[in-house]
Amino acid sequence: MTSESPITDMHLDVLKEIGNIGAAHAATSLSQLLDRKIDMHVPNVKLVSFDEMFDLAGGADAIVAGIFLRIEGDLSGSMFFVLSLDSANHFIRRLIGDETFDFGASSLPDIGISAMQELGNILSGSYLSALSDFTGLKIYPTVPSLSVDMVGAIVSFGLIEVSHYSDEVIVIDTQIREEGENGSTSIDGHFFLLPDPSSYITIFKSLGVM
Amino acid sequence: MALLKEVVRVGIADMNVVKEPMTIRTSGLGSCVGVVLYDEMKKIAGLLHIMLPDSNLGKSTQLNVAKFADTGIYALMEMLKAQGVRPMSLKAKIAGGAQMFQFGSSDTIRIGPRNVEAVKKELKRLSIPIIAEDTGGSSGRTIEFDPATAILHVRTVNQGTKEL
Repeated sequence: MTSESPITDMHLDVLKEIGNIGAAHAATSLSQLLDRKIDMHVPNVKLVSFDEMFDLAGGADAIVAGIFLRIEGDLSGSMFFVLSLDSANHFIRRLIGDETFDFGASSLPDIGISAMQELGNILSGSYLSALSDFTGLKIYPTVPSLSVDMVGAIVSFGLIEVSHYSDEVIVIDTQIREEGENGSTSIDGHFFLLPDPSSYITIFKSLGVM
Repeated sequence: MALLKEVVRVGIADMNVVKEPMTIRTSGLGSCVGVVLYDEMKKIAGLLHIMLPDSNLGKSTQLNVAKFADTGIYALMEMLKAQGVRPMSLKAKIAGGAQMFQFGSSDTIRIGPRNVEAVKKELKRLSIPIIAEDTGGSSGRTIEFDPATAILHVRTVNQGTKEL
């Protein structure tokens, strides 16, 4: 991917483990918040084109509630928590106890936006603190920012750093879902961790694989 | 039976050219800018989806010209020339360059406006007039251009579709 660091299958496995640990903590937090059982699907770690990255998140045109934050410190990168509008509505309705809340509405009540940002704070915080414990690296997340818009428009912002180096990105993708009644899925979201290319070596060194 | 128009899709950091009755579309422009170059008489149009203003920012050895404003617009013009279009007859419509989030590194925070500035500078250098634009703001855009009518359809999540 970058000239200085050939990425092998072993490295991808290491990144997968990072996704597993981070997302497992986030799933536990979400489960406590909702008082529901949350399933977490083993992360996908893939080297994909930018367009394939949008497809993973639902397609460039799909409208989502996206929480975005930057990671700074010993390593840098972008992190997204992406929910379909249905999932975001379902979640916030339960959280604030207002069945009429709708992210598709033209004017959003502040409490819903605030709840969504708080959700982003809690989940990304637990994800990243697990990652920090595991690697021993200092990781400082910025305050998460919420945008309800097209996947392409939201996620491309996180690809800008990577795009200086490459036309592909390593995506650590974890699917998180709540199984509703009759096997229906009520929450279906993704965590995307996109390390900046300069941070791969830092990650691998911290784990003794480089 | 109604005639279905075939839509050619352009991905991020990519470009393509169509002739009527086909239309050309790119989806989910955020800080990126979609640049349409078209010839009204010949009813041919090209669409480019750029991510970054300047190819000097590229740190990779393989240069994808369609990723940058300074190299992409010129390359799209060359593609149109290969279709028999004279550069003199080209006009431009542009959309995108939003600021989706209010934070980031110093490089990324103003990337939308910087992309728009770079596109305008390059179009000026190539003497291609900008007929219409829908740039800036903080919303994503999906755009589709119809070379038969020279209309650019711009769709956003909150403001519906407008025609430029």
